[in-house]
Amino acid sequence: MDGPGHSNEALTALDAGLVGCRHCTHVSPLNTEICSRCGGKLVSRDPTSLQRVWAWWIAGMLFYIPANVYPMLITATMGRAEEATILGGVIDLANFGAYGVAFIVFFASIVIPVGKFIAIAYLALIVRKPHGEKPSHLLHLFEVVEWIGRWSMIDVFVVAILVALVQFDLLATINPGIAAVCFALSVVFTMLSAMSFDSRAIWDRIETLSK
Amino acid sequence: MQPSDDLVCCPVCDALHRVEALPDGQRARCSRCGTVISVARPEAILRIVVLASTALILMAIVVFYPFLELRNGVFTSRASVFETVMSFSEGVMAPLSIAVAAFVIVLPVTRLALLLWALSPLALNVSPLPWATNALRYAEVLKPWAMAEIFMVGVAVALVKLADLATLSMGPAFWSFAAIVVITALKDTQMSKHAVWMALDTAMKR
Repeated sequence: MDGPGHSNEALTALDAGLVGCRHCTHVSPLNTEICSRCGGKLVSRDPTSLQRVWAWWIAGMLFYIPANVYPMLITATMGRAEEATILGGVIDLANFGAYGVAFIVFFASIVIPVGKFIAIAYLALIVRKPHGEKPSHLLHLFEVVEWIGRWSMIDVFVVAILVALVQFDLLATINPGIAAVCFALSVVFTMLSAMSFDSRAIWDRIETLSK
Repeated sequence: MQPSDDLVCCPVCDALHRVEALPDGQRARCSRCGTVISVARPEAILRIVVLASTALILMAIVVFYPFLELRNGVFTSRASVFETVMSFSEGVMAPLSIAVAAFVIVLPVTRLALLLWALSPLALNVSPLPWATNALRYAEVLKPWAMAEIFMVGVAVALVKLADLATLSMGPAFWSFAAIVVITALKDTQMSKHAVWMALDTAMKR
């Protein structure tokens, strides 16, 4: 192993006529289809990666719109029904004085999903052509996007807990709105979109540019 | 170039490395992108097995004991994790119920069970069980989909929302679940893909 210094001239498994397993880091001869150590599928560079990224991205976007428009929670107190959207829920929390929690929900349900859509689109566009971006910056962006996406699920779980707990018949009942389903699907689709991205492509482009 | 046992590829950027035995506590990083490739922790396998079995036992408490209790004058409502998961079970929401059940209970449990299947024979020094490699691979694939810790944050948010409506108390399942989240996080810090796979490899060849 070399030191921590970053060099762009490292030999890749592809250059050496090998294919590396992304599950267990084992290397096999190029054109091997199944990893001999862990049985995982081997693909040296996934040519369909970007297509899948965009397909999931679009699916996620399609569900993100109704998730924000329709109600997430339907609260019935004393015969009066109140509907709250994602943003409405955040405003309620802030009015209630729980700024910290309001911020967490705002961050998880609005900032993370929107930021993710932008970040994935940016990465998918920029790897298509040579660019001057540092690969380590792009890689950090990718890792943050991949890691943070699942935290958007907070709001769906909050709805589930509230619905299960608040069932006092006439006094107060909480029911889930259709936005809960849309939002959950949107989060799953954007997670799949980020996972379809082949991080090795970020490095390949840099190599071709510097040659 | 011929593939060999000490050749390792970086799962993030595909750079090839030759990994030699590391001194204890050292970590090897990819020379190109800086991803940690291997960490030398001789006790890691045993720790992973111990932590995973603890989490699995606590999971049984989570499913069967009350999780949260809500009191508002004469009304009391109690919810277990199972009821929480089933809260979407009517009509169009049913698939969401299944998804929440999967994210919060089924996938975390499956992941722990797969890890124990693959690694506990190693900790006990007996030969690995059949399908150990597949079990270890799927445990890794499932990782982003096991969302117990996110559920915990959801609980915290729900508590704040309900604070003015009624008095809340936490049941034994709540504390077990909190413990599971911490234990799972501890366990994941012990996991180093390369080191765990090398250990399984050596055990398979015996």
